[in-house]
Amino acid sequence: MGLIDSGKMPQPLTTLLNTARKYSLRCYQWGLACCAIEMGAAFVSPRYDIMRLGVIPFPASPRQADLVIVSGTLTDKMAPALRRLYEQMPDPKYVISMGSCANCGGPYWDSYSVTKGVDQIIPVDVYIPGCPPRPEALLEGIVLLQERILNEDPVDRWKGDPIVVV
Amino acid sequence: MSSSETATDTDAATAEAPLRDEGREATLAQVTEVFGDAIVGSHIRPGDDLWIRVVRDSWVDVHEFASRRLGCTYFSFLSGLDWLPSPFGRDMDSQEDIITQGTEAKELPPMTTGYAGGDTRFQVFSRLNSTSEAFGITFKTDLPDDDLSVRTLVPVFLGAAWHEREAREMFGFTFVGHPYPVNLYLPGAFEGHPLRKDFPLLSRRVKPWPGIVDVEPMPGDDSADGDGDAE
Amino acid sequence: MTATVPDNQQLAYVAAKAADARVNVEFESEGMTLNIGPQHPATHGTLRIVAKLDGEQVVSCEPIPGYMHRGYEKLTEVRTYPQVTTLVNRLDWVGSFANEVPFILAAEKLMDVEAPPRAQHIRTILFEMSRLANIVLFLGDLGAQMGGVTAVFYGFRDREFVLNQIEAVTGGRFHPNFDRIGGIKDDLPKGWIAETKVAMDKVLAFCDQIEDLLIGNEIFQMRARGVGVIPADIALSYGLSGANLRASGVDWDTRRDNCAPGLVYDKVDWKVITHPDGDSFARCWVRLQEVRESAKICQQLLDTIPAGPIMAKVPRIIKVPEGEAYVETENPLGVMGYYVVSKGELTPFRVKIRTPSFNNISVVPWVAKGVYVPDVITILASLYFILGDIDK
Repeated sequence: MGLIDSGKMPQPLTTLLNTARKYSLRCYQWGLACCAIEMGAAFVSPRYDIMRLGVIPFPASPRQADLVIVSGTLTDKMAPALRRLYEQMPDPKYVISMGSCANCGGPYWDSYSVTKGVDQIIPVDVYIPGCPPRPEALLEGIVLLQERILNEDPVDRWKGDPIVVV
Repeated sequence: MSSSETATDTDAATAEAPLRDEGREATLAQVTEVFGDAIVGSHIRPGDDLWIRVVRDSWVDVHEFASRRLGCTYFSFLSGLDWLPSPFGRDMDSQEDIITQGTEAKELPPMTTGYAGGDTRFQVFSRLNSTSEAFGITFKTDLPDDDLSVRTLVPVFLGAAWHEREAREMFGFTFVGHPYPVNLYLPGAFEGHPLRKDFPLLSRRVKPWPGIVDVEPMPGDDSADGDGDAE
Repeated sequence: MTATVPDNQQLAYVAAKAADARVNVEFESEGMTLNIGPQHPATHGTLRIVAKLDGEQVVSCEPIPGYMHRGYEKLTEVRTYPQVTTLVNRLDWVGSFANEVPFILAAEKLMDVEAPPRAQHIRTILFEMSRLANIVLFLGDLGAQMGGVTAVFYGFRDREFVLNQIEAVTGGRFHPNFDRIGGIKDDLPKGWIAETKVAMDKVLAFCDQIEDLLIGNEIFQMRARGVGVIPADIALSYGLSGANLRASGVDWDTRRDNCAPGLVYDKVDWKVITHPDGDSFARCWVRLQEVRESAKICQQLLDTIPAGPIMAKVPRIIKVPEGEAYVETENPLGVMGYYVVSKGELTPFRVKIRTPSFNNISVVPWVAKGVYVPDVITILASLYFILGDIDK
């Protein structure tokens, strides 16, 4: 768009686009371990329905996803697959790291085969602590992400500069 | 600790009848009858379990005997034991692992082995169950330090294949005759054998565990007595 | 009741398979290697399966575990006994209380400590409830594996009732970390027993629903009957356990036969269910009946909880005396055992964890020879594994 190239987008347009984007996140769930069950409960169970937030689960492939929720322990053997997945996703993309294993290695911080945190492989937007975090915590994390998306400036993302959210 | 009979109480005044486990003793007698000197150690915990240690050359034969004659057709697991006291352990009163205090801080205890004895650092052990009679036997064998190999159990129990692959990559054993000795858990580029006692956990070397021993009060224990009640 | 597949339908199925085999021979083509996983909705986690195909049939199938290997056996050597309990919860992460129990029982055996009767009772109730939570999820997921997604919603919804009750006692939906050497951590809250009985009734209603929806479904039966037959001697030599073994006709249940002291199954009236066929349908059916038995066991136990303390007298800092002990229990996935070697220190010297899914999945290369690709998914679904259990 010419507006983005010129570096200036009118604020109402930004808000409109961001609002539209934040309520239609297609979420690819990279469920690895126990947190995947809580994530599954959030997605599938009628008690913690995630679709009411606008998050649509089960896209057909990573190339059709906006958001990836990494839940569970990432091992060194699995790390290349995660990197490949992240690179397949089209921009703008967001990453939520769910659970303490994905945040920092968690209870397996001293293991020889665990990657100490997903952010060593891919950049993360929201960290959700817990072991496992309750489905409500996951919902709160998504709400936080949506707030962040609302306050974003698409021009920065287009230009590839680091995103700074006030 | 290698005794092939249960300990008897010598104090006649307070002696109760020592527990005897006739079923397991009969099984042990059956095995010893057939294998004789190949049985180098055994242990029975009455009412609970039976351990038998064999010579390395009879490893496959004793399993075949147990499978055919003793009814132990169920293969539970196979793994290894490394009896070296870990240089990376942690002392009760210390806040850090032993090795960070320097080797002069603590002498490592001498190497001792467990039930049914043992002469070497590494042992392979396996467990078989009998589903019809509901008992199990744990077999152990010593591996000499210069030749960590033993024949594979796959001809007797098909399920041993994966267990032997795991023991190979975790300890460095060789199972002679294994059809597919490839890493099971670890990625191909992994160096070292993790379950050996001298394999360090690098994250703990970089940053020792910051917490002290947990001294939270036990449930139902209102008064906080002095710490360090050993008994 | 369950519908049975009439014989001529079965014959037609077998004839169709034979016809396909002939097509393969006439149309010579090179085999193809199909990689299922490690991230795949059909596998319960990160299991990678490499299948060499000849047309639609599998020539050889090799599961590659290790994508969730977290190094448990090494980590237990540097954790104190209560810390190991926390860690070990996360092996079979769907029915977590059940993982703590054999380890605690092994430590109690070495310490020669017996938990008071009330604690044993509550431990057994929670053990059975973790079985319910686990297998209810399995029954829900079974539908998803075969393509009937509706069952997933039923499974997750009804699992919430059981998780509510576990959370009311332990504070955690799963990973309760509730068992302690010598007893359990807290007592039952007021009103819990009545609520749990209601939850058990809901679970029994769920079983009936799933039987109508899934197990009695004609399509499910066509897909599962006769697929992945495991004869009893192969099952024994691979060390299968749990419902997989009982579905092949072997009548062995650790709860009845060599129950570890510390669980109170001898005070309850229940039965062990077996099935002679050994195919995927048998495994699923046995699990469904086990859920029913488990709910009935819970109901009986809830009526007879004895009063008393919940914790025996154990020292504050736990040092287990020297020795070795092996305890196995009938966990939801199968027989789980802990071989604990202790040298009298704060931390165990070596803990060998015998996980059921490890043996259960090691049979896949044997059983998946010559089946079709969708049948591989059926076999995996019916063998039921949890990745944390395979990979430790």
